[in-house]
Amino acid sequence: MGERKATVAAEVGLHARPAATFVQTAMKAPMDISVAKVTGGQRVNGKSILQIMALDVRQGETIVITAEGEGAEEVLDQLASIASTP
Amino acid sequence: MNLRGVGVSPGIGHGPAYLLTARVPEPPEGATHAGDADQEKERAVLALAQVAGELEARGDRAGGEAREILKAQALMAEDPGLVVKIRSLIDRGVAAPRAVHEAFTKYRQVLAGVGGYLGERAADLDDLRDRVIAQLTGQELPGLPPAGAAPYVLVAHDLAPADTALLSGQAVAAFVTEEGGPTSHTAIMARALGVPAVVACAGATTLRPGVEVLVDGTSGEVRARPTESDVARAESVDTARQAAIDRVTGPGRTKDGHPVPLLANVGGPGDLDAALSCGAEGVGLYRTEFLFLGRPDLPDAEEQERAYRAALEAFPGGQVVVRTLDAGADKPLAFLPPGSSEPNPALGERGLRLLRAHPDVLEAQLDALATAGAGSAGQLRVMAPMVTTAEEARWFAAACRAADLPVAGVMIEVPAAALRASDLVAEVDFVSAGTNDLAQYAFAADRELGALSELHDPWQPALLDLLAGILTAAARAGKPGGVCGEAAADPGLACVLAGLGAASLSMGPAALPAVRAALAYHTLEQCRAAAESARAATTAADARAAARAHLPELEALGL
Repeated sequence: MGERKATVAAEVGLHARPAATFVQTAMKAPMDISVAKVTGGQRVNGKSILQIMALDVRQGETIVITAEGEGAEEVLDQLASIASTP
Repeated sequence: MNLRGVGVSPGIGHGPAYLLTARVPEPPEGATHAGDADQEKERAVLALAQVAGELEARGDRAGGEAREILKAQALMAEDPGLVVKIRSLIDRGVAAPRAVHEAFTKYRQVLAGVGGYLGERAADLDDLRDRVIAQLTGQELPGLPPAGAAPYVLVAHDLAPADTALLSGQAVAAFVTEEGGPTSHTAIMARALGVPAVVACAGATTLRPGVEVLVDGTSGEVRARPTESDVARAESVDTARQAAIDRVTGPGRTKDGHPVPLLANVGGPGDLDAALSCGAEGVGLYRTEFLFLGRPDLPDAEEQERAYRAALEAFPGGQVVVRTLDAGADKPLAFLPPGSSEPNPALGERGLRLLRAHPDVLEAQLDALATAGAGSAGQLRVMAPMVTTAEEARWFAAACRAADLPVAGVMIEVPAAALRASDLVAEVDFVSAGTNDLAQYAFAADRELGALSELHDPWQPALLDLLAGILTAAARAGKPGGVCGEAAADPGLACVLAGLGAASLSMGPAALPAVRAALAYHTLEQCRAAAESARAATTAADARAAARAHLPELEALGL
């Protein structure tokens, strides 16, 4: 099971444009992708913009992105880089 | 009929009211489909895809910010969680339109429950839901007047991005909505289009379609059936307001020359240009935590020095008040973690409390500040956030002295510190009242909760009393007592604060010109009388009215 931690750098947090870019990229991946806050709590579907928004990740908070299967490492790198882009 | 809301995009607009209120009726509860669940699911998925495609196409036509917003909304329409919910409802026999309604309701509740920015996105979901249901039931959604019509005042419960994306600033004279706040789409779009807007205006949708409406996006006033002279007067007030504000330049001072330095609140070097162009005389609150949000480690000394030096160099001879890292609560920093998980972070380890738990981080920041300040043209002042007791103030002042920082102060934003302000002032060189948190703690009211916004009215007499206590304590000790926070940005209240003895006022740069003008048109004596009358009132509204009675030029300035 692959895993990446990323600290959300955008001022709006993982909402609006950063959330849309994240979800659009996740949707292109064949495998399941899940996202949770590093502090624990709910784990949500990385392909669902509504669930990502409801997770309410603010600027400076760290998330854990999880994916499994062929190409997972590459997808995780991409998603982690989107999340940590200011 | 006169209505009042919150002005979120300044200026005067007038024209016939165009009401965008018709909503798609809720599909009846218990509605079932004919029995072929697969066909019904296909119908629902197709409708979602059609709506998503249409939103994207509209976004592409509109371009810019609207494009991003509509793209995100299109993504919501095809959200896998939503689709799964709709499918499972249809499998249980629910008709597609009702299934769509119920699935959206579930997500809407989640977003509305989070509140703030997300709560305002709930309107996006309502709009999306109505579009999908209209698609499924073959209904027409209400549209906008044809292009080329005379500029109209667009009135709605709330506006969705899809409503406003294709609007031009020429077609719309003003926006008025019943719902919404300063960060709602209506506000963002209106400011982008340069169109006046009033939100949170109760009763707006009771305006009769076509009736002439006059909207003041500064005061929040909405007037139906204005006379020609009402319109002319509002427009000339607006023009005069801008001209009068623009005419006043130079350092902040009252009409009789009493200096009240006007400073800017900044979050980093990127804000300095705006501060300079609005005529700030220095920085009254440098929120250093914003430099480092999202960083895993404390940035090294060199990077810190650069950020601090930029502000000092921007204001040669001016004061630059730097607040040490104010982490915790809504601004967590990875390198300043609280000691334990906090069920109530606003009352947790934050501000100076966190810095005391991580003295190495504070020491590194103070050293970087001392290096940046040495030999610089600006006057560096350093202050600590969230200070509660005199003992904490003494501890912070000692830490500054040890780092060779000559001027140390504290922010007063906890009621305990305000009540014993003279004890804290005795330990430091200056104090600065932070009105936002002071109000939050004094009124036991979360800053983010719209429902409690009345308690955050900076004219609340209890807040004025606390501020008076702080400023009087500073004056008695012969040390500067300033005010930073939203209260200082209200031109009338800025005069009251000057009357209470504020040594400086610090605010978002955009508010500086209006505050400068308000001070320049009134004497210190008038400001003092306004302060006294405001404190004698028992409600925020009465305090505002009583103060303004002593500040006659505000009306003439349109402030």
